[in-house]
Formats: sequence, C-alpha cells, structure tokens
Amino acid sequence: MVAVVDYGSGNLRSVAKAVARSGMSPDVTSDANAIRNACGVVLPGVGAFASACENLQAKGLDDAVRAFIDTGKPYLGLCLGLQLLFDESDEHGRTRGLGLVPGRVERFPDLAPSGEKLRVPHIGWNEVEFSGDHPMLEKLPSRAHYYFVHSYRAVPTDSGSVIGRTEYGGAFASAVAKDNVFAVQFHPEKSQSEGKRLLDAFSAWVSA
Amino acid sequence: MLLKRIIPCLDVNQGRVVKGVQYIDHIDAGDPVEVAAMYDAQEADEITFLDITASHEGRRIIFDVVSRTAERVFMPLTVGGGVRTLQDVRDLLNAGADKVSIMTAAVENPDLVCDAAAKIGSANLVLAIDARAVAGKDDAWEVCTHGGRRPTGIDAVGWAVRMAEAGAGEILLTSMDRDGTKSGYDLPFVRAVSDAVPIPVIASGGGGSAEDLAMALDDGPEGGHAQAALAASIFHFKETTVGEVKSELLARGIAVRPPPT
Repeated sequence: MVAVVDYGSGNLRSVAKAVARSGMSPDVTSDANAIRNACGVVLPGVGAFASACENLQAKGLDDAVRAFIDTGKPYLGLCLGLQLLFDESDEHGRTRGLGLVPGRVERFPDLAPSGEKLRVPHIGWNEVEFSGDHPMLEKLPSRAHYYFVHSYRAVPTDSGSVIGRTEYGGAFASAVAKDNVFAVQFHPEKSQSEGKRLLDAFSAWVSA
Repeated sequence: MLLKRIIPCLDVNQGRVVKGVQYIDHIDAGDPVEVAAMYDAQEADEITFLDITASHEGRRIIFDVVSRTAERVFMPLTVGGGVRTLQDVRDLLNAGADKVSIMTAAVENPDLVCDAAAKIGSANLVLAIDARAVAGKDDAWEVCTHGGRRPTGIDAVGWAVRMAEAGAGEILLTSMDRDGTKSGYDLPFVRAVSDAVPIPVIASGGGGSAEDLAMALDDGPEGGHAQAALAASIFHFKETTVGEVKSELLARGIAVRPPPT
C-alpha cells in the first residue's frame, strides 16, 4: 500500500489514479498510522505553502511524514511535496517547512539574469536534466520534459541534494533527493508518458 | 527551456462538447471525457473545458465531467465558465481541475482574484478575458462579458495588467472578433497583452491553421508573443491532429514538445 497524503490540498484524484496506473495500490489518507505503516508515501500538493503547512500540522501529518521518512522507506514529493521538505518558504510571509532538506523556498525573480522579463508563474513543459546517484535515476532518461505550474522554487543550501535541474531564469532545483527521499517540482501525474515512467520507477523502488 | 504550449479547448454544455462559431450554431461533438482522452493520446500540452451551460440546474454536471476526466487523462486540465466564487474555484480544483479560469465574476468583483490568489496561490488561477476591438481604433480592445455580447467599457490591456497585479497566474485571451472564424489570431491584441503583463498569456480566438498558431507563439516583431495557443475548430472533427500541428510548428522554429513517435 502506498499512502497518498490527504491534507486538503486537492488534486488527489489524479495522483491516486496515476499511482494506480503504475501498479501501486494507493491509499488516499489523512490517518497518521496509515502513513507511518505504508510501504511508500506520496506527498502531493497544489496551492500555497503556508496553508499546506497549516493543514499538515493541524492534522498532525507533519510528524507522521517525518516518522515515515525516518523508517527509510521510499518517499516521493510532488510540487508542494518537494517544497515542504525545506526549512522555510517566503510565500505569504515566512513559514517553516519540515526542515528535512536544508534550504529555502523562494519566488522566481521578475527578471532573468539576461535582464529579460521572466514570466511568473513558471507554467508548462520544461526539461529536467537528471544527474547523480539514486535508485530512481536508474530507470529514468537523463533528460525529459515534464509539466510545471509554480511561482516558487526551492533553493537548497547543499547542491548535493539536487538531482534534477531545469532552466528558467537560470538553473533551479527541479528534483532533489536525500537518502530515501525523492521529490520533484513538476507534476508526473500530469506529464503523460514521461510522468508514467517516473511513477513506474517509484513503483519499482517501493517494491525493491 | 520552457516550451510553448498547444491547448485544445472544448466548449461543454450540459456535459456534452459543443463547437461554437462565434458562440452561435452549436454543434455537438461528443463526450468531453472521450475527446480529452483523444487529445491526451495525441500528447496535447494541456486541455481546457469551458462550461457554457446557461441553466443553474445544469451547472453541477461539470463537476462530474471534470472528475471523470481527471481519472482518465494524465494531462493538465483547465476549467472555466460560470465560476462565480472562491468556493467554485475550490470545488473545481477538488474535482480534479489543475487550473480554474475566472471571467465575468472578476469583472463584477475584482477582489475575487485577489482573494483566490491569497488562498490557493496564483499558479492555478487563470483570468479569462473576452474582448473586441474598439470601433475605429486599431490599438484598443474592450472587455466583454456574456459570451462577447455585453461590452463593459474596460480597456482589455489595462485590465490584464491589473488582474496580473491582483494575483492572476495566467491570462486566457480571446478575441471575440476572431473567435470561430479560423482567420488567424488577433496578433496586435495578443502581442499588446503579452508584452504588458509579467505572467503567461494563452492566445485564443481565430486559430485556423498551424501557421496561425505559429504566429501567435512567435516572439518576433510580427508575432503574438504568447506562451500558449488555444484552438478548438482545427482539432475537432479530426481536421488535423495536435502532432501534425506540432511538427509544423517545429519546422517553423517554434519550440514545442515534439509529438510522440
């Protein structure tokens, strides 16, 4: 059973369906025990960082997610599920995240380094270049296009956690990994065949 | 590099797809879920449903259509039409929409965009603008509501800028003069708005060929400078496929995701 964490973020139907399509049995849940005892956890999320944090904490799910990650079993964060791993975010004032990966979540700048206008949000299909050592990467192409929709992005303190990079006003961390944690800023559940391939890789990692 | 997007759009009435020629003479083209699945197989970059159901009772049907679509296709889905309140936005997102577009309600209550952006974030919030050229001027466009029938006196470029400041994450810009005509996008209009706002713009209204889409997405002096092009007529009834259009765009130097091989 793979727990898809339900903390009122919406968008769970497509995540659960995509997880099931890749051969996993999704359990959309807000039950802390179910999360701790799952074989794998998917933390999805759309919307604002602060309200996502509040909702997680209000349901005690921040502790459940931390406890799950401590077990060493595979964790997949999607979009906000990547951002929430970091220390804090600037979105709507300063909000503390789970603090599992050192770094901050900041809004894209208004201008690219070239001085050209950078349209924010970053919406659409962009390329991720993967590099590093992780069981997930063995099953992924070195470059692929995925669907993004976000205004904020993670700025990790330690570049060693960055396992995927994407160009938008300079390179940003579009995928991070640390031990049993793998998280992506894009939406594999909305990324058609390449998205399926990534979830297939997660499925293989969960059953390994 | 962020790629330009091709977005088929389905007008949905009472849960069925219709094709509008300037919003008159609606023709039934089938089940939106099936049509969405067809575009998913063609690897369209997104899909948009515009719910044009007029009757209040019929309005709940779209939630069922959205949830069935979200279970079936693995591509981004935008839903608009008749979105009045923050609760409507939330309900559509919860049903499975990835982005929700607001039009008339923003004109009537500009605070709605601000509220929605603060609560759900800008990234999933699209502001739709229907506009017509102001008679006698070649560089002024006026916001219209009610399917283009009701002019508001609001300057469309200024409105786009104001709504981007309020927190809209994207502009869906429809030229009602061109809508359904297949005579090409209103490039000066698309360009004026694209250049004025710091958020992505989706060009809509008039796309009749791959060349039209290429021009809307072109960043050169004659192009529309849009980030995405929405089209209905050319894709429905299988006149052409998304893949064929993309191949032609690539040949014209527009950076889009290559069609599946």
